[in-house]
Amino acid sequence: MARDDANWAKPVKQLEAADVEGAWNANVRGRRLAAANGGFGRLFQKTFDVSLVGAAVTPQEVIKTWKTHFAEFWPKGQKMFLPASGIAPGEVGLINATVPGTPTMATGILVIYADDESFSFLSPEGHPFAGPLTFSAHVDDGVTVAQVHELTRASDPFWELAMMVPVLGDRMQNDIWRSTLRNLATRFGVAEPAVRSKIVCVDNHRQWGNAKNIWQNAAIRSGIGAPARWLRRG
Amino acid sequence: MTASATNTMADRIDEKTIVIRVRGDVTAASEGPLMAAYGQAGEKTRAIVLDFSRLDYMNSGGIGLLVTLLVRANRQKQKLLACGLNEHYKQIFELTRLDEAIGIHDTEAAAIAAANA
Repeated sequence: MARDDANWAKPVKQLEAADVEGAWNANVRGRRLAAANGGFGRLFQKTFDVSLVGAAVTPQEVIKTWKTHFAEFWPKGQKMFLPASGIAPGEVGLINATVPGTPTMATGILVIYADDESFSFLSPEGHPFAGPLTFSAHVDDGVTVAQVHELTRASDPFWELAMMVPVLGDRMQNDIWRSTLRNLATRFGVAEPAVRSKIVCVDNHRQWGNAKNIWQNAAIRSGIGAPARWLRRG
Repeated sequence: MTASATNTMADRIDEKTIVIRVRGDVTAASEGPLMAAYGQAGEKTRAIVLDFSRLDYMNSGGIGLLVTLLVRANRQKQKLLACGLNEHYKQIFELTRLDEAIGIHDTEAAAIAAANA
């Protein structure tokens, strides 16, 4: 048995997603997981981190709290629904996200990896981004640092164009992680958390073979499904 | 979980093929050794075989590293193949769908044969 055996989710052909009270469960159940090297757009490596200055907390304690209360650290308007037990390999999270000017977008994630110092997600096809997203904590120069690292491409031409609109792209994705890290740091008593960002384009080429991913675009499908959802709730 | 060191060694099989033998852990911290081994490939190399038979541990940072390596290989129009993966690591390749982009083979000989096919 490998050292990391218990840390990884088992392969899944299609995602299973149980309904959760208050969550719109769409664009996850029955979907395949997007490939780690999938997606359409340019490949970006993004690192966001925050030093938990003054907080007497270990990386393991940070990750334990982050796993258990993940959704609470998300910014207002973005909702993540996870099992009460928190984040563990193989768990599916439902996301109901607010994209400016559009109805709520329903999508999700699969926890592919989790250990005491990190955990990682991959998203289903149709999610705005494809690629691994890792949350971790480590000690740097005696201070515990919490970090979000992503290696992602926009999933399809729609999202690639959206990401090229500076305010929209930055707000939709990057600000979520900046806010998350600020909220996490505040939880540990950091008075004025300063979040650092490093965004590098790793591959400037687009994967045109994946342009067809647009058929599964979660925002478009959420928009199409919104009237029926309103009627059901009405 | 504390990671231990990554050790890599590049063996040239022929003008077009190299085998990178990976020992120890593959994490984000493995970028230096893995990319240094890949750097020995050169422009004429058409296939890179990653031998994972001595792989001890891999986390999601390691998957990210393989994605980056795949991008670099694709850019050079090089095939990326893997061999020596045990059942656990084969499952991780399947989970992340890297097995759709990196040819998985049980043995080095099979991988080299596929590289030259």
